[in-house]
Amino acid sequence: MASTVANPTVRIGRARQPQSSVLWSAAYTLWQRELVRFYRQKSRVVGVIASPLLFWIVIGSGFGRSFNAGAGAASESYLHYFFPGALVMIVLFTSIFSMMSLIQDRNEGFLLSVLPAPVNRAAIVLGKVLGGTTLAAVQGLIFLVFCPMIGVHLTLAGFGIAVASTLLTAFALTSLGFAIAWKMDSAQAFHAIINLFLLPLWLLSGALFPVSSASGWLRAIMLINPLTYGMDALRTGLYPEARSMAQFGPGLSLLILAGFSLLVFIAALVAVAKRSTRPAA
Amino acid sequence: MERYSSGQDIETAMTMTTRTLHLPDASVIKSAGDPIVLVDNIVHDYGERRALNGISFSIDDAELFGLLGPNGSGKTTLFRILTTLMLPTSGRALIAGADPVTNPNLVRRSIGIVYQAKSVDIKLTVRENLKHQGHLYGLWGASLNRRIDEMLERVRLLDRANELVEKLSGGMQRRVEVAKGLLHHPRVLLLDEPTTGLDPGARRDLWQYLSELRDQEGVTVVATTHLMEEAERCDRLAIMSSGNLVALGTPNELRAEIGADIVELEAVSDAEGLAERIRGRFHVATQVLNNKVRFEQDEAHRFIPPLMESFPGEINSVMVSKPSLEDVFIRRTGHRFWNEVGEQGGTNGKHGR
Repeated sequence: MASTVANPTVRIGRARQPQSSVLWSAAYTLWQRELVRFYRQKSRVVGVIASPLLFWIVIGSGFGRSFNAGAGAASESYLHYFFPGALVMIVLFTSIFSMMSLIQDRNEGFLLSVLPAPVNRAAIVLGKVLGGTTLAAVQGLIFLVFCPMIGVHLTLAGFGIAVASTLLTAFALTSLGFAIAWKMDSAQAFHAIINLFLLPLWLLSGALFPVSSASGWLRAIMLINPLTYGMDALRTGLYPEARSMAQFGPGLSLLILAGFSLLVFIAALVAVAKRSTRPAA
Repeated sequence: MERYSSGQDIETAMTMTTRTLHLPDASVIKSAGDPIVLVDNIVHDYGERRALNGISFSIDDAELFGLLGPNGSGKTTLFRILTTLMLPTSGRALIAGADPVTNPNLVRRSIGIVYQAKSVDIKLTVRENLKHQGHLYGLWGASLNRRIDEMLERVRLLDRANELVEKLSGGMQRRVEVAKGLLHHPRVLLLDEPTTGLDPGARRDLWQYLSELRDQEGVTVVATTHLMEEAERCDRLAIMSSGNLVALGTPNELRAEIGADIVELEAVSDAEGLAERIRGRFHVATQVLNNKVRFEQDEAHRFIPPLMESFPGEINSVMVSKPSLEDVFIRRTGHRFWNEVGEQGGTNGKHGR
């Protein structure tokens, strides 16, 4: 063995922290970068909070008269019903846009810095996905300040459920966005996926109308849509007294959503970890 | 895949690598005389197209090594394989004792990379970029800050540390790239056409700095280039053409193999015919390249007068020169440096993806 002095690789290796802490340090740094980049783009911050607010008020007021949320909830206004839907919409938009940055990272070359770093690939996916999750969840939770406007006064338990479902929904959507965006090199292609796949995911999640009011195949699609369960748990958290608006228990819903999140996260990880004879970036 | 477990000592990891690879002597990982970079019969195909056709060479510790070749010669392909961004179709490489295929993370620790294209985040400041880089390599806190200052001082950007990268000039951005590549004290620095987009002054500065690195810190520098004057500054060169290694040696050795002078004639009309007749008369191996008659000749100055007298009115101009690296390239490949069909497309384009 060459002496320590004559072998710089070994010297540096000793100065390093163990591999597990490098994983967290790398994930942390990528997470932090997502946040810094987001808040430096003021228009992004404004757009992501303002557009769902606009949607909520316009759609909510417009549909209000022609909508019946189902037995027992007829007295609820549509603004009331649509509130969690608007919140999930904020989460969806923020998740999607933050994962679009992955395509930007690829095209602008930043991935070239990340991929040859001596870190577990899980750190790369984790940092990026948690960054998007944080942004999406925080934006979504900020929307809760409008709760008093619709006469909702959150209980502690209700708030807990709302936070948990928002976080999980954000994590699921960001992981999904990551898995989709990883192989893409154009934002246009990603837009096509958004319109074709991600928006319908939201439309058919109980955001606009409850599963119980849908029939046949539509209902079947809504039941296999993982976002339905996040929406449902959130609804339970916001309106604990109006049980009839929710279809499932919050515990089961969150479990299903967590299972889905884990699957897409693993899918994203597998995609990143795969090395081939084609250029990685 | 990242295979070595957490907390494992790097020495153990290295020993394990060598064992699994069945290197000749598993007890010695990297002793003085061993090459720090070994490229052994690497072949790479992009689908049907062969980009590397069995390349082998080795690089010694603290060498400034150049990979010279026109666009499409396979330099960038080899670069991607060595930097663990791509697996070779076949063949093997070793960098500081580790195989990029089976043990990418060990290779990644030993190498620093400077790309032809940008790899910094222009929306962040210089310091933020370097901080992220440090964290990715497990550097942290005060020692990282010290190292960042040290690197910024070296590339003379300390006063611009808190500016967004997008506000810097192209040359300064390149310097950020270099600082980033060297932050974690890599043993081998790999650069892919590092002077792309730089003016001649900045180009000289960068190469000057690479020599200093080799001399003062013993860093092995491997740079790809398509510029002869850059290749001249390397200790040793591998010249590539169409995925093949066509020459290997110091610039002086390579030029010395030609020995003779280079004569180039511009014919008034028929270059092919003139070449034919010169060959018949003076028994020299003539070639026609880009419509010019070209041959190698000892003591060419004595040769010119009889040549001119033999073909009055047929020669527009004559040029005699000492052999250059391009002449080495022509001798080995039979065609000019820039005649090859570009594999990557444009001359100054970014990496293909």
